[in-house]
Amino acid sequence: METTSTSLFPREQVREALVQSFVKLDPRSMLRNPVMFTVEIGTAIMFLVTLYSAFSSDETQGGAGYNLVVFLVLFLTLLFANFAEAIAEARGKAQASSLRKLREDTPARLRMPDGSEKTIRGSELRKNDVFVCETGDLVPTDGEIIEGLASIDESAITGESAPVIREAGGDRSSVTGGTRVLSDRIVVQVTTDPGSSFLDRMIALVEGASRQKTPNEIALTILLAGFTLVFLIVCVTLKPFADYANTPITIAAFISLFVCLIPTTIGGLLSAIGIAGMDRALRANVITKSGRAVETAGDVDVLLLDKTGTITIGNRKATGFHPAPGMDRTSFIRSCALGSLADETPEGKSIIELAGADVTRGLSLQGAELIAFTAQTRTSGVDLGEGLRIRKGAQDAIRKLAVQAGNRFPAEVEAEVKRIAENGGTPLVVAENEKVIGCIELQDIIKPGISERFERLRKMGVKTVMVTGDNPLTAKFIAEKAGVDDYIAEATPEDKMAYIKKEQQQGKLVAMMGDGTNDAPALAQADVGVAMNSGTQAAKEAGNMVDLDNDPTKLIEVVEIGKQLLMTRGTLTTFSIANDVAKYFAIVPALFMASIPALGALNIMRLHSAESAILSAVIFNAIIIPLLIPLALKGVTYRPIGASAILRRNLLIYGLGGVIVPFIGIKLIDLGVALFF
Amino acid sequence: MNTELIGVIATYGLAIALAIPLGRHMAAVYQGKKHWSDIFLPLERLIYRIAGVDPNKEMDWKQHLKALLTINLVWFVYGFFMLMGQGVLPLNPDGNPGMSPHLAFNTIISFVVNCNLQHYSGESGLTYLTQTGVIMFLQFASAATGMAALATVFKAMASGTTVALGNFWMYFTRSITRILLPLSLVLAFILVVQGTPMTFDGAATVTTLEGAEQHIAQGPASAMVAIKQLGTNGGGFFGVNSAHPLENPTYLSNMVETIAILLIPMGLVFALGFWLKRMRLAWTIFGVMTVGFVLLLTGAVIMERAGNPAIAELGVAQPTGSMEGKETRFGAEASALWGVSTTATSNGSVNAMHDSMTPLTGGILMLDMFINAFYGGVGVGFLNYYVFLIIAIFIAGLMVGRTPEFLGRKVEAREMKIATMIALLHPFLILVGTAIASYAVAHTPAAAWDAEPQSWLNNPGAHGFGEMLYENASAAANNGSGFEGLGDNNFFWNFMTGLVLILGRFLPILGPLAIAGLLAAKKVVPEGGGTLRADTFTFGGLTFALIFILAALSFFPALALGPLAEYFSLVP
Repeated sequence: METTSTSLFPREQVREALVQSFVKLDPRSMLRNPVMFTVEIGTAIMFLVTLYSAFSSDETQGGAGYNLVVFLVLFLTLLFANFAEAIAEARGKAQASSLRKLREDTPARLRMPDGSEKTIRGSELRKNDVFVCETGDLVPTDGEIIEGLASIDESAITGESAPVIREAGGDRSSVTGGTRVLSDRIVVQVTTDPGSSFLDRMIALVEGASRQKTPNEIALTILLAGFTLVFLIVCVTLKPFADYANTPITIAAFISLFVCLIPTTIGGLLSAIGIAGMDRALRANVITKSGRAVETAGDVDVLLLDKTGTITIGNRKATGFHPAPGMDRTSFIRSCALGSLADETPEGKSIIELAGADVTRGLSLQGAELIAFTAQTRTSGVDLGEGLRIRKGAQDAIRKLAVQAGNRFPAEVEAEVKRIAENGGTPLVVAENEKVIGCIELQDIIKPGISERFERLRKMGVKTVMVTGDNPLTAKFIAEKAGVDDYIAEATPEDKMAYIKKEQQQGKLVAMMGDGTNDAPALAQADVGVAMNSGTQAAKEAGNMVDLDNDPTKLIEVVEIGKQLLMTRGTLTTFSIANDVAKYFAIVPALFMASIPALGALNIMRLHSAESAILSAVIFNAIIIPLLIPLALKGVTYRPIGASAILRRNLLIYGLGGVIVPFIGIKLIDLGVALFF
Repeated sequence: MNTELIGVIATYGLAIALAIPLGRHMAAVYQGKKHWSDIFLPLERLIYRIAGVDPNKEMDWKQHLKALLTINLVWFVYGFFMLMGQGVLPLNPDGNPGMSPHLAFNTIISFVVNCNLQHYSGESGLTYLTQTGVIMFLQFASAATGMAALATVFKAMASGTTVALGNFWMYFTRSITRILLPLSLVLAFILVVQGTPMTFDGAATVTTLEGAEQHIAQGPASAMVAIKQLGTNGGGFFGVNSAHPLENPTYLSNMVETIAILLIPMGLVFALGFWLKRMRLAWTIFGVMTVGFVLLLTGAVIMERAGNPAIAELGVAQPTGSMEGKETRFGAEASALWGVSTTATSNGSVNAMHDSMTPLTGGILMLDMFINAFYGGVGVGFLNYYVFLIIAIFIAGLMVGRTPEFLGRKVEAREMKIATMIALLHPFLILVGTAIASYAVAHTPAAAWDAEPQSWLNNPGAHGFGEMLYENASAAANNGSGFEGLGDNNFFWNFMTGLVLILGRFLPILGPLAIAGLLAAKKVVPEGGGTLRADTFTFGGLTFALIFILAALSFFPALALGPLAEYFSLVP
């Protein structure tokens, strides 16, 4: 999927977000965010104070110009916070609607109950309607194939150019709106009503209306509301304290102190961070059904991964020829190649590939009879015209063949076979005219770089489990080689389910990926279930995320996105709270300097005047929000270096940084403000 | 190095050295393991039988709370009537009168909640019956209440997924029989040896060298002084508390009493380590507390050694530091150590007049009470720390990209709600209480109350403000010491601090108990590489910073108007 721009702030999104920043000033929507709601109340009071000081001769509340500036800065603070949320929403919507646009006006060939066809607009299709697609047609909406088979170009959704096969029945029966049928004809039943497809749900999640706060977001909001209350108490009680000390404090100063102390930075960015998490998931082509799923992904302790496609590349490959003693190596390879020349299986092809063009160029199958693999013989091969019979197969099948013909099975080959199996390979024994001539070694090829990724997961504290249909010996070998922590060999869907339940009983969170209908119960049981978009509707309904790319390694990215989301929240909270140290030292001396000159000693930043100090603090407080929007949207970089190391790093940057930065920032702003106040 | 400083370091070091074995002892006592202290078992069985409680019945956190509150209510009613009626009750050789209702209200609350704010003077305000039967009894019982609550929280941290958190009566009874009583006996013995009286005779009458007749108040002081220190109670037998030569006769008794103040609060941190078999965690917590304590102590010692800048300006040398309001047998440094210890641990006994400490030391003592978790009161100090710990866990957990968990339990919205409310409560009580008092002084100085607001303060300006701030902090922290310049025995202060005392005592017990109970009922997630460890230097640093910003900085404006304004106007 192409995004229109890689910039964080494309112009049209910024324009929409700007409008939304004002719309969101509605107190009813501000109420969702207690921190910013109190800022709004403060701003409203400041507005009244400004009017009062402009139209009355009372000078105790400071000049009208000064009050106006404080009001404007507070107002900007609100707008900045709203803008952060709005821009995150706009980005998510833009991304999702570019996916949705594809299908909206696609014509659909609706099949009527009587069998006739009628062309309607794709958006008019309803659940359980049946439509037909032929070569060249765009699939108008999501559905399940009920008849036929077709190759489909899904590049519009997944960006993967190779066409995929989809057919009725089985696990590859679903089609996605916006993809194109390249060949053949399929009949598809619509699975969702317009407006309730996963994409529609995701768009609704990103938009304010149906967005639910996640449990973690709620807990953080409570903490932030608590901080807000503490500082409210601090500011309100200051009034009688100041009365006692005969120190008049202006309303502007009270409100400024309050707004500066409460965690406006994180309060303003909190919802943007959550939305941006879902945006990032969507950018990775993962549709999440709830914000909670993304967060949960960050907590995952156990990852169930299918061997094929995730850990190993597709199928086994031939990696070595091992002729029996007395057999010439070149002629052995030649026999192997001959026996596989007509073999269309990936293993067969890989034998030809390994033999090399030099050997295979001169070979001819003129007059040969191909012997296909059958469940009875469990061998395959070729009968050549000159009376040469070549067979290859599993050890026991070939042994039976040789023994029946009165030949013995060479001990050396037997040893070789054992060695191969112990090393996780699959031995393929070759016989020529029922005489064993050697064996071919087939190996699973582990994806390059995969063991580094597992290492990365281990450092995150995530246990990886390989799920495979292989026998335990092979599974163990591959598991060790790839660096996974555990494996389930000869796995059935029930095994997967049992494994998930076992881990969950120990309090662990489990993530898995699946596509088939028989994966659905396990997907539903797992805390994070990622269904492949190519999978069945049942699987997609059962999971809480859908991966448009059908990429089995996607789970790893999802985990990182989840962690990033929580980390961004944590670091910005820390930053926000750490900022208070400097703000106290800016404002508190300013409040009392006039009536208790001795307290000027607390003005360690040497700010110009009481007014300039207060203004500098609120201005800093306001502009830090837009400055941190990019961080909120992109997220804090996650590095798998272990929890303690991450904490140390983030505390240093956002904690210590949070203490130091405002001292510098407020001082710099004060230098400018000092020219006016 | 100067001997005074060596005295301070030796006292503090000895306290830590003794706290470690005590921690091991306490962990064993609460865990109910086979232990030498089982010799007390027959005594305990007798108590259980008389009280009609089953010490083996497992309770959930709500039942613990119910038991705790019920027993406290009983003591409240009992003590209230005893104090009002003491004038006609026996063991009153000096003929002291009964208390006024609002003073009795304030006093009984103050002792039930382990605060020991004393708006009366022991020599004339109490009888021997109430000194022993109410005051001393509650000094044991209120300390044991806090310890039993903490034992419940430890149990919750130590066990797997469960709602059964042991038995309140067992924790409570054992706290007295196996911890407080034996230690008190040892301490009381040392004090008697040093010269503290232990008698039921009335005031002694002596003839002075000038031939004048003098009445010297005495009584069963030594027993009470022992438990007042060990149970972080602080309520003295005599009005001037441990500055009184009979409560604290020598430098040695002063050292021993200082150690007694710190001993159990410190020991309980180690008890956690021994019980959970997580000594690293205990040391991390102890480290955070110690760094905070030592920083404040250093500030206080420096200020008191430096003396009063106003006196220095007159050209008067102060070689022994600031000695105003201090006892010459202790000196400035030992008084500073005592001051910081007694305020940090919510003890509240004094060996010097805090009102007369130099301004910044006054501010430091207030900070101790604002934070109230650097060791803190017996049991409750750790409970306060626990709330900060939960908040720190939450923030740190987010920072490492995981739903926060503490000892394998997820910290979620409900726990955060409680923790936030409790963290909020302390500044709320102190600031609002001080605000009401300030308002009264500033706006209705001549209100026709039993004591006019303008008559409360002996000192005008910043110091007067400090006195009110201190009084409220002392009440909210259940400390009990006072900036004695404040006229506090009147309806306004008796009633308001009484209210602050109740809220400041029971909510901070309820909160952590509820959090621990909720967490214990959750599934335990085994710790892995991605789990945040709470026993690292970094996490300790975060907790410290959080306590500093949340608990200390909230009071910055108030401190600026009080001690800071006073200090900066003194220095030239």
